Amino acid sequence: MNRYFTVLRGWIMSKLSRRAFIATGLVAGGGLVVGIAMRPGNQAKSLAAKLGPDGEDLVHTYIKIDSNNVVTAVIPHSEMGQGVHTALGQMLAEELDADWEQVQVEEAPAIGEYASYSAGRRYLFANVDFPNLVIPTVDGMMMNVADTLNLQITGGSMSVRTTGILAMRIAGAATREMLQQAAAESWGVPVEEVTTADSHVIHAASNRREPYAAFADTVAAMSPSQTPQFKNPADYKIVGKFVPRRDIPAKVDGSAKFALDVRVPDMAYASVVRSPVPGGSVVELDDGAARSMAGVIDVVVIPQSSVGGMLGETLSTEAVAVVADSYWTANEAVKTLQVTWSETGFESVDSDGIYAQFERDITGGTERQSDRVTGEVSAEFASAARVIDADYHVPFLAHTCMEPLNATADVKSGRAEIWVGCQNPLGFRRDVAAILNMDPEQVTLHNHMMGGGFGRKARPDYAMQVALLSRSVGRPVQLIWSREEDVRQDFYRPAVQSRFRAAFDSSDRLVAWENTYTNKNEPIEAPLIPYRVAAQDIGYVSSPVHIPFGAWRSVDHSQHGFFTESFIDEAAVAVGRDPYEFRAELLQDNPRHLAVLRRAAEEADWNRPLGAGRGRGISLQESFGSLVAQVVEVTVTDGQLSVDRVVAVIDPGLAVAPDGIAAQLESGIIYGLTAALHGEITVENGAVVQSNFHDYPSVRMREAPRIETHVINSGHDIGGAGEPGTPGIAPALANAVFDATGLRIRQLPLGNFDLNYQAEEEGVVG
Amino acid sequence: MSTTFWVNGERQTVDVDPAKPLLWVLREQLALTGTKFGCGIAQCGACTVHIDGVAMRSCVTPVSDVDGRQVTTIEGLGSESGELHPLQQAWIDHQVPQCGYCQSGQLMSATALLADNPNPSDADIDAAMSGNICRCGMYGRIRQAIKATSVASASDEPLFYSVAGVDHV
Repeated sequence: MNRYFTVLRGWIMSKLSRRAFIATGLVAGGGLVVGIAMRPGNQAKSLAAKLGPDGEDLVHTYIKIDSNNVVTAVIPHSEMGQGVHTALGQMLAEELDADWEQVQVEEAPAIGEYASYSAGRRYLFANVDFPNLVIPTVDGMMMNVADTLNLQITGGSMSVRTTGILAMRIAGAATREMLQQAAAESWGVPVEEVTTADSHVIHAASNRREPYAAFADTVAAMSPSQTPQFKNPADYKIVGKFVPRRDIPAKVDGSAKFALDVRVPDMAYASVVRSPVPGGSVVELDDGAARSMAGVIDVVVIPQSSVGGMLGETLSTEAVAVVADSYWTANEAVKTLQVTWSETGFESVDSDGIYAQFERDITGGTERQSDRVTGEVSAEFASAARVIDADYHVPFLAHTCMEPLNATADVKSGRAEIWVGCQNPLGFRRDVAAILNMDPEQVTLHNHMMGGGFGRKARPDYAMQVALLSRSVGRPVQLIWSREEDVRQDFYRPAVQSRFRAAFDSSDRLVAWENTYTNKNEPIEAPLIPYRVAAQDIGYVSSPVHIPFGAWRSVDHSQHGFFTESFIDEAAVAVGRDPYEFRAELLQDNPRHLAVLRRAAEEADWNRPLGAGRGRGISLQESFGSLVAQVVEVTVTDGQLSVDRVVAVIDPGLAVAPDGIAAQLESGIIYGLTAALHGEITVENGAVVQSNFHDYPSVRMREAPRIETHVINSGHDIGGAGEPGTPGIAPALANAVFDATGLRIRQLPLGNFDLNYQAEEEGVVG
Repeated sequence: MSTTFWVNGERQTVDVDPAKPLLWVLREQLALTGTKFGCGIAQCGACTVHIDGVAMRSCVTPVSDVDGRQVTTIEGLGSESGELHPLQQAWIDHQVPQCGYCQSGQLMSATALLADNPNPSDADIDAAMSGNICRCGMYGRIRQAIKATSVASASDEPLFYSVAGVDHV
């Protein structure tokens, strides 16, 4: 998802020259709105109306206070199970000094005022420490740019470290300062004597204590600071503490409303099918059987549409939809359609051919680009006492969010209303407007909590389809993709091949590291290693495929974590070293990395001997601002692999929501474990072969290891949590399998290999 | 053709194609959207309901099969007075759900398990719960929540995580 931000950086710079920042006036309206400072918050008048304050005062862009002193934190990010609404609410409530029991959280609407300016600032000016004087101006520029770009993204493990740091806690602290000021003036006491606690302002000397709500009117007329004073972290009562997630109760009694649960009067249901080979369009359609089925309303060819975006183009190719009075009917009717799809030129492509192409392109090395070149690589290999090499590859993967893609649309009379669960509500609104030839203001988008996202729901194709479909049939339609369509029409985690060489000197020291892989995406640092190796040449070649790219939980880290952390293990084994000790020695320059690795080894009792058939493996991966080390224990009995235990240590700088971090680690590990054990999308005759959970399996309860998580609050900048757990499980697992069996796994998924193979000496499968 | 059955204690008569799966009757005819669609082929368990007390996949159960029978969905799991089922409370206590989409089905499988076997072993939990996929991977928490609710459980097992550190930002 960081892909957005590399592109964004260039895009923003091009916008800045043309767009001056506009200092809007900040006048509180009848709805009592106050901007955060000037710009990010100065949406006052329009916001008050848009948020519809039923007896609530919008005292800040991100804060409402009602007459019962209930504070509502308005969260400009999507909830897909990562707990972001709660975590960001904690950051805001902490600095506001609010009573957490009286804090509610709600998702911001998909309107420009809630564009992700902080994400833009974080990525454009990542390392710039602005003087307080210019921060409002910088934020104002970013607000305008984010609004212009319709940027309201949840992804890249970004929310806490951008919006949390640069918006939520500022909003909380600034509002607290305004409340203190308002109380001081009202009471006629010095502001320095006014304190706050549990959503109350207090003047101890005169024994005064009033709820925040008493000053909401006054605060609404004030201008908040963009550079308020933050709390001393030692005084934190909400951040860093266990608080139950606010979205969970509705998820245990069936009352949580996902997009699939939307009901609109006169709504019809639809199912859809696209060309099995990406890019095909309809040549011939026989829909006679479908049209004759009771309950079928219409059969519609949805035209191809495409939109730009920071992920690149999203091409939604032609599709055939059946609209019916029931989803079941619509989907049964889709199965009867006889469609002849156009030739795309990719009909002869299969997975073996794609890997053969990767092999050719790596070997050819045409137009190889470098990520990192240090030292004298050629010389080191020429004079090496020992050289090892290996080729790795991993397959395409689908996301298979638990909730299949779906969206509901009502398009009529120059207006569109869309109900969807997505990772970029403003972007989806812009894209739907574009293909309907409307202005974004003509489109109202209701974003729902998602049944999983994992990067897939940043792509708007499913919302584009339903918008065109509703317009075509002239009534509200809920489009639900079958699981088969979900698996076969994804934007896939790319298949990648990666080739390594390592050189050792006569003292068995690792002196050179050479790596060439196919097709770079994001984050750019994914293939880099943290180890001290003097000579490094890491680079890539382009090897285009017709299977569309998608951001998949941890993006390029998901492949390179497996590659680099497996090959460093091979390097250790090659010189007869313990894989943990070998890594630790090469991390002497990186104490933060070393601490995480060491903690994992300690918690896992690394040196405790394991019995026959058992093995242990380790990995270390930095991603999205956090460091994660994992130790995996396995048992291999008669070729049957059991993943027994995973010990995971994360250093996210500061765990805002410790239980949330633990849950995200557990989740990222199981998501990566599914890929490591089972995940494989194959291509035959140009089309994806797999279709549902029977042939694209997920880890289930009986395969799920015990996971122990440990969090190190190191005090470094806050890192992400949603993705960093994923990259390290596959290599730690493969290294554990090697430890148990002597079989080196260089391709995934593991399930493809016969672990019963009895190696005479060190074996390699794959 | 009409089918009559009981859902969460209420008698319901629907006039739909008898082959229509119970899942879609619940969601479309009866407005009970807590039961989810995940795969349509009884592979993921998101659509699990109780039919005469047994956990079944409603996405492959024709509505005609439940004629005259008792169906319980997630909406009917709590008591009539609105109290949560002990497992629902355990799900909250252990912060089990992430996206939450599979959790109706997980809870229906887990409640059926405990009704049948109030003190399940790990192997029993594996057997009863492996029909339910959680793409957020909350299996450890599901297992803990079931164990915490089982008869033999004197107290909660601790969560498997620790937080250490001194400095904050």
